Amino acid sequence: MTFLDYAPAPESQAVLHLRPDYGLFINGDFVPGRGVPFQTINPATEKPIAMIAHANTADVDTAVAAARRAYDRTWSKLSGSDRGKYLFRIARLVQERARELAVAETLDNGKPIKESRDVDVPLVAAWFFYYAGWADKLDHAGVGPTPSSRGVAAQVIPWNFPLLMLAWKIAPALAAGNTVVLKPAETTSLTALLFAEILQQADLPAGVVNIVTGGRETGQALVGHPDVNLVAFTGSTGAGRAIARSVAGTDKKVILELGGKAANIVFDDAPIDQAVEGIVNGIFFNQGHVCCAGSRLLVQESIHDEVIDRLKQRLSTLRLGDPLDKNTDIGAINSADQLRRIRELTAIGEQEGGERWSPACVLPDSGFWFAPTIFTNVSTSHRIAREEVFGPVLSVLTFRTPAEAIAKANNTPYGLSAGIWTEKGSRILAVADKLRAGVIWANTFNRFDPASPFGGYKESGYGREGGRHGLASYLKPAAGRSAARTVATAPAESSPELDAKAPVSRKKAAK
Amino acid sequence: MTSSQLAMARLNTGERALALLGGEATDANLRRYLHGIPGIDAVGLEQRAADLGSRSVKTSSKKWALDKIISLIDLTTLEGADTPGKVRSLVGKALTPDPGDPACPRVAAVCVYGDLVPIAVEALGSAHAAGTDTGVNVAAVATAFPSGRASLAVKLADVGDAVAGGADEIDMVIDRGAFLSGRFGQVYDEIVAVKEACKRADGSFAHLKVILETGELNTYDNVRRASWLAILAGGDFIKTSTGKMVPAATLPVTLSMLEVVRDWKRLTGARVGVKPAGGIRTSKDAIKYVVTVAETVGEEWLTPSLFRFGASSLLNDVLMQRQKMTTGHYSGPDYVTID
Repeated sequence: MTFLDYAPAPESQAVLHLRPDYGLFINGDFVPGRGVPFQTINPATEKPIAMIAHANTADVDTAVAAARRAYDRTWSKLSGSDRGKYLFRIARLVQERARELAVAETLDNGKPIKESRDVDVPLVAAWFFYYAGWADKLDHAGVGPTPSSRGVAAQVIPWNFPLLMLAWKIAPALAAGNTVVLKPAETTSLTALLFAEILQQADLPAGVVNIVTGGRETGQALVGHPDVNLVAFTGSTGAGRAIARSVAGTDKKVILELGGKAANIVFDDAPIDQAVEGIVNGIFFNQGHVCCAGSRLLVQESIHDEVIDRLKQRLSTLRLGDPLDKNTDIGAINSADQLRRIRELTAIGEQEGGERWSPACVLPDSGFWFAPTIFTNVSTSHRIAREEVFGPVLSVLTFRTPAEAIAKANNTPYGLSAGIWTEKGSRILAVADKLRAGVIWANTFNRFDPASPFGGYKESGYGREGGRHGLASYLKPAAGRSAARTVATAPAESSPELDAKAPVSRKKAAK
Repeated sequence: MTSSQLAMARLNTGERALALLGGEATDANLRRYLHGIPGIDAVGLEQRAADLGSRSVKTSSKKWALDKIISLIDLTTLEGADTPGKVRSLVGKALTPDPGDPACPRVAAVCVYGDLVPIAVEALGSAHAAGTDTGVNVAAVATAFPSGRASLAVKLADVGDAVAGGADEIDMVIDRGAFLSGRFGQVYDEIVAVKEACKRADGSFAHLKVILETGELNTYDNVRRASWLAILAGGDFIKTSTGKMVPAATLPVTLSMLEVVRDWKRLTGARVGVKPAGGIRTSKDAIKYVVTVAETVGEEWLTPSLFRFGASSLLNDVLMQRQKMTTGHYSGPDYVTID
């Protein structure tokens, strides 16, 4: 045994007190679902964790009705500062139960404990603290004086950051005065249900937040429900397209955060050691299950070999294994389905001529695992350079000039994020200006902050989450304020690509 | 080794610098070379250091790390008030860090001012390693330590004295003033001259550690350039600090120096040591450095000829942790010896 085979350092599960089965959280109470309950499993071991209730259409009806009642009778009547108090309370409870939430997230999702402990859960608390502060300052959200809430929000979230995506959705919705029915992803419902317990602890009025668990049809029933006013969805572009289709012709406000195929551009004057870290963090953070992952490395041809050499050396030190071990860098793939998709796309990558490389690493026998993988010799026409893999798979392409880097980075149907690595400040600004992506990181990657808006261009969706812009999505101008006045200053609604960088709030105000 | 590494390995220090710089070690050539090295993004470097610092080293790994740390310590006393008695006491501690446990390893070296070198050598007696890995070495600070503000002649005399007194290792300081004002050639020449002064009568050399005093260099880019400069000029070790100013060693600074050493090996196949010094007082901190070394340059660097801790109070904290691992409970400062 060498020193680098660090002795096991597992996080204790003693803090976690799970029930054998969980109901739906409707109107402040856990109630049984009317569908067939399903098991949630630990993707690292395939062992069952708990039984989860399945909400059918009737359950969704009950949940939406509870949210409507809470909206009409309680939540929309509370002052902003009172709503803020609840949000502050939730934020503090999340901090108090941080360890427990982190362990539960890692168990259910497969992500390394160091990420759930140091990234996910702290950001969840930060999101609630941030929007708690906004609750009594809505006049400054950018939609004009005394804006009003929208009503009942239907929110459907993905499995890659279960609790964090819940926070991104619920915190601004509540701060703005809406009530919520949220559906977590089928494979990762657990932390949303622990969060429901926190809501009970916080004494949040019944029905303000309802959580319905289940599969795709539960989500369809929710977003298609005639009594919801707003639909917020984070997930695949395919599912987002279906949602957009299903709400077409209604007056529901829609926010979509969809897929991505981000370019991480490394220029020859980059701080090379930090760039290598940024490449690793960009694509191997959370097993690459990140919609804004830097899955396409665009590296200047003159430093290609050196960067790949250093990258391979760095990947050899990554530790894959038990997600609950504090030294684990790469955890489990969330589901058998996802693993199948990653395997399929990487096999295609090889067939198309990509040169595949993974560090020597032993995969556990049970559970869903995929070694960190890089493909060199990839060209823009390869499927692994175009399709979202949503796994720990990096495609490496090269460029010769900044113009070529920009053209290649933009040559994708997506446009969620991008990264630029150079020591030259003016180049950062010049390149960022021409990249069609909602979030652009300079000399860093995958950084999130509640004050910063997040969202995409093109097939990566529309609407913004986070910051003032994310709040504005959940508001509408005061009744009587005509839309015409704001339309005059807003960019043309018909070209979302052009105005995605304009203050999103103005676009919202126009609707 | 790659073919380019082999070509480098055949050259002596001066020839190698000449080949890499593409000419003599003038200010202009050095500037061109040092400013051509990729920069450091401070936020990214500090983040990486923090990540490495969050490794959880427990049970058997911790036990191994604690023993390793002891064997890498340059046990140091650098006070105006140092006396022969104090140095003898320090040597005693170096030889027997934990009187209650004969299995406790010895430290790598004792580090003293030049005039006290003969006292340390005498006190070590047969345990004097004299440059080998068995026993304890004697290191001396020299070159008008810690400021380095003296003429070259005085600095060289300082080094010569220590070497003549039996020092196995010389810890020199660079001229930070010259470095900051861009007189890289002067810094280079001084290191070359000091290296020459490390030569003993029998033709062997005392090991040369080059102290960059990173707290005065201020930026990570400067630290990286000074590291390359010191290695080009023939330093066997690059060392962070004198310990006489704050900030002394930090994990990000040490990480950036380890990256230089790693890159130097990629380039030439040769190995250079790193010594963080000053400010490392607890086992917990020291373990972070051990992790950083292992994950940056590899475990092979965790050996006294390639990595040292310059510290005085660190040893006792490691001993207390070590006792805790053996007995299961914390003892206290009265259960470890003061030197």
